[in-house]
Amino acid sequence: MSLVRVENVKKSFGKNTVLDGVSFTIEKGEVKVIIGPSGTGKSTLLRCINMLAPPDSGKIWLQDIELTNPKTNLHQMRQKIGMVFQHFALFKHLKAIDNVALGLVKVKGMNRSDAYKKAMNDLQKVGLAEHADKYPAQLSGGQQQRVGIARALAMDPLLMLFDEPTSALDPELIGEVLQVMQNLAKEGMTMVCVTHEMGFAKSVASEIIFMEKGHILEASAPQQMFSNPQNERTRSFLHKIAELYGETL
Amino acid sequence: MLASLLYILTNIPLLLKGVLIAVEITVCSIALGMVIGILVAFLKIYGSKNMKKVVSIYEWVFRGIPQLVLLFIVYFGLPTIGLNFGPFVSVVIGLGLCSSAYQAQIYRGAILSIGSEQMEAGLSLGMSKFQTLFFIILPQAVRLSLPGFTNEFTIVLKDSPLAYAVGIAEILKYGRDLIVTSFKPFEIYLACAIIYFVLFQLFYYLFKYIASRFEVPGFLIADQ
Repeated sequence: MSLVRVENVKKSFGKNTVLDGVSFTIEKGEVKVIIGPSGTGKSTLLRCINMLAPPDSGKIWLQDIELTNPKTNLHQMRQKIGMVFQHFALFKHLKAIDNVALGLVKVKGMNRSDAYKKAMNDLQKVGLAEHADKYPAQLSGGQQQRVGIARALAMDPLLMLFDEPTSALDPELIGEVLQVMQNLAKEGMTMVCVTHEMGFAKSVASEIIFMEKGHILEASAPQQMFSNPQNERTRSFLHKIAELYGETL
Repeated sequence: MLASLLYILTNIPLLLKGVLIAVEITVCSIALGMVIGILVAFLKIYGSKNMKKVVSIYEWVFRGIPQLVLLFIVYFGLPTIGLNFGPFVSVVIGLGLCSSAYQAQIYRGAILSIGSEQMEAGLSLGMSKFQTLFFIILPQAVRLSLPGFTNEFTIVLKDSPLAYAVGIAEILKYGRDLIVTSFKPFEIYLACAIIYFVLFQLFYYLFKYIASRFEVPGFLIADQ
């Protein structure tokens, strides 16, 4: 059984149709990279998967539980889906360690000492143990994003969603975040990443999904996608990205 | 000159009798304004479309009416339709309603500036909406609204002499009583001014101290 099944999901904001019938599945251990021009519903698709933006129609399943069923306990299901935000979305009034431990204490009901031990462990994983007592404002963008990843990891999710995790970062700080994501992928974490970091996509993605205007235009393994894109739009988009990042794909 | 100064100093203790009532009026008005203001702020952000309209009109009306007029409507006007409030309650209602419209703006601005990603982040961890509001939004909103709240508190404090108009014995009323017997309006009113000024400073520094206790990096609120 697939870990996630997305079936014909549609979502509009007012008159603006953002997702127009999207379907795909995610297997355990897969890393999917979603690319595409801005405003094509990539972030909205991620927000549909964890029901932060419930779809207007269509179905989403996590394992054998239908998230789009109104009877589903979303608070319980969201614990299994970690999310990393473009602008980090760290709780600004809390120290790094408190950011990571909060969910463990308030949601999982762990006692404080266990929660903080686990939180420290997760901060260590992203290389920030020595910054545990700093507030978000005292950390660099790359460090903040790594705390964001640790915060999501702490809940032991089955799946991690990354919403353009590096696009708000200085070029010099992107590497440290990608490194953490690469390690995660190697450890077998199931991931869905909206990103235009093609180097990352090439090295860890099991599939690249090209989206435009609310549709999936093309989805294939990175090699296939880069060497022989089937769709004309995919071809020109990849070409532009390659130009922008100075990479030969 | 020296005589005047001495006269002011000797009469300050007499005027101080009015300080307690001035502080009571301020604290009660601010409290009423806070309860309504928080409610209005939340309704304006999270309420239905019609609710948003209703609270917008509320803010619009109460920001546009001078407190003294509002106070007279409550104290002299409402009894004609059978609603009788004592002078103290009337002042608190008048100042409180007016302040609620301003406080609503302060809290709304604070909540909005926190941004929707914080709510999303809380929910994505599996927290309920209420938990996120309580553990994430509220602690930040309190910090962000402290400077504005301090300002509003001192404004209401300085509006509290309006109570004089409905015969409450606050600082200004005691002053008037002294002037009637002493014919020294300049000295007495100056003494009143000094008392208000000192009160203002006391509360200003009290809130500044509170702000500094809540301050964390990224929320530099005590300096403002």
